[in-house]
Amino acid sequence: MNGKEQLKSMIESTGVSGFEAPVAKLIQELFKPYTEDIRKDALGNVIAKISGSAQTNSPNIMLAGHMDEIGLMVTKIDDKGFIHVTQIGGFDQRTLPAQEVWVHGKKTLLGLVVAKPPHLTPMDERKKTIPLSGLLIDIGYPAEKAREFVQVGDLITIKRSMQELQNDWLAGKAMDDRAGVLVMLECLEELKKLKHTANVFAVATVQEEVGMRGAITSTYGIMPDIGIAIDVCHGRMPAVPEYNTSPMGGGPSIAMGPNVHPKVLALLKKVAKETRIPISLSAAPGATGTDAWAMQISQSGVATGVVSIPLRYMHTAVETLSYSDIQQSGKLLAYFIAAVDCAFVEELSCY
Amino acid sequence: MLLKRITEAAGVAGDEYEVRAVIRDELAGYSLKMKTDMLGNLIVSQNEEKPGPRIMLAAHMDEIGLMIVQIDNTGLLYFKAVGGIDPRVLVAKVVRVGKKKLPGVIGAKAIHLQRPEERLVPIPLESLYIDIGAKNKEDAEKVVSIGDYAVFDTEYETFGDGFAKGKSFDDRVGCAVLAEVMKETYHAPVYGVFTVSEEIGLRGAGVAAYAIDPQVAISLEGTTAHDVTDVEDHLVSTRCGAGPSLTFMDNSVISDRKLIQLAAKTAETLGIPYQYKNTATGGNDSGKMNQTRAGVPTIEIAVPTRYCHSPISVIHLEDYNNTIQLVKALIHAIETGGFEIK
Repeated sequence: MNGKEQLKSMIESTGVSGFEAPVAKLIQELFKPYTEDIRKDALGNVIAKISGSAQTNSPNIMLAGHMDEIGLMVTKIDDKGFIHVTQIGGFDQRTLPAQEVWVHGKKTLLGLVVAKPPHLTPMDERKKTIPLSGLLIDIGYPAEKAREFVQVGDLITIKRSMQELQNDWLAGKAMDDRAGVLVMLECLEELKKLKHTANVFAVATVQEEVGMRGAITSTYGIMPDIGIAIDVCHGRMPAVPEYNTSPMGGGPSIAMGPNVHPKVLALLKKVAKETRIPISLSAAPGATGTDAWAMQISQSGVATGVVSIPLRYMHTAVETLSYSDIQQSGKLLAYFIAAVDCAFVEELSCY
Repeated sequence: MLLKRITEAAGVAGDEYEVRAVIRDELAGYSLKMKTDMLGNLIVSQNEEKPGPRIMLAAHMDEIGLMIVQIDNTGLLYFKAVGGIDPRVLVAKVVRVGKKKLPGVIGAKAIHLQRPEERLVPIPLESLYIDIGAKNKEDAEKVVSIGDYAVFDTEYETFGDGFAKGKSFDDRVGCAVLAEVMKETYHAPVYGVFTVSEEIGLRGAGVAAYAIDPQVAISLEGTTAHDVTDVEDHLVSTRCGAGPSLTFMDNSVISDRKLIQLAAKTAETLGIPYQYKNTATGGNDSGKMNQTRAGVPTIEIAVPTRYCHSPISVIHLEDYNNTIQLVKALIHAIETGGFEIK
């Protein structure tokens, strides 16, 4: 398998929170080499089950990587044919001007995010961020034609092809969290070489960006013993305290704190040491901002862990990460899964 | 496709090599004289020895861009702007760095890590940097040096109702118009000059004009079109799709009124729509040509361009084609005595 190409196809695909169908279809295809047991639940989560070798009492492990991305939604088409928008998920408005977008109307149209020309704006306004309400999208059509192709409620996504930087670093939109989906694929690939008693549920979740909603329903449906959220975390960069970031290229970042089961954390660390997979640790005193937050309190409780890919410039059109961190994360998870047996699961509720 | 090749070429002021190469290649099959001068202006001419008014046309090859000024210990590249750039358009964009066109990204601190008040002010240029994926300074220095240029990574594409999007239509659209105009055969001496360093102060045009000593000069530009929502009518400098724009004046020059009248009449005869630029800001190469030697009557003819100096400038292709037709016809009108040479 070619992970980089899979990632490219996933991030260049479309799947705004609540409207994940296009990317979900692609991800279902990517799961196919590993299992025939792939289903979608009522919210659209894609669930691929890979059975373990145990005949009875198999531990159930759920992996969750969210496939939704942040996006924009059309609120108005004005009399000059320009589109006005609101957002789904949290964009930094400062990253939107002069961005190219896809407007998903009756047909998919190229759009340009623009604002009033700078030298026509008063000096004091130029010192301020252009609010979302001040941004327009130019699709090059007069109003009447624009309204023929586009209507209020249509979705808009960033148009950006994946960039291959130095040292196998990659940049693009929606790395958060299609990179997490790729980690699951890398994990399943590695798992083919290993013996594992646990059943694995690889779940591409929906609506994480608007409140982990896909993780809530998919975890309830699966009711795993262990749930691992695979997401992105902040990669080390200037002007951000070191304790809020993880080193780029330093392997997966493993979260510690109340959102993480201590024995899951301990096993992840042990497996990393034994397999010599580099990891970094990050302290998460409360919510991890990942699907693990929802998974942990599903039904009567799930033992959770969080494995993250360090990523710079989160929620921008140039989210940047190191491909090696994805590969190492996939490997770590495969060896983790292979190390889980019934005895380990039984111990999870013994404090 | 000339517009695609010429806008996708990199050519920040002082580094116009790729643009020159595209133009040379485009005009190679025509019986034109081509030479470069001391600053790098590319001068394409016909009928140099013949009588008639010496007509000079200028379009600038250079674009606004970035120059790498520092590589920090973590391998990030800090830069300064070459020409006028609103830093707000730089955030979350892909750029190409240096001669090897290395991809790099201009990122921004994640919204999760910002304090609410941070989000209300634009990120200043000094706080922005290019990330090429280097591990540290030494790693970056293997592929990038201080002084390297960076340009926006924008693909030329058509969209909407006859529009095209690309980087640097200011002034590659003028260069493309000039290349097409020079393919026509004239009787008078006509000099098509692809100038350098306009964006940092109209540096190339004056030098070329001094050498050519024209009797009339035309500057070809991509000029600002402000035909977007919420701009009052009198502030809409030009409108895309309303034809070539004729400039009465801007900060650098006042056009010759008789040349404007001739251009307008020529457009009317051809049945081409035209418009007058409503605003008087900015500058263009005529500003230098106008004051060359004992003075030269000049005019600026421009293709209306939305979002100049951003990664995604926009023109209407009908304006582009009409500008080519108008300029060709205007040269013919001048060479046949339509404009009195003093």
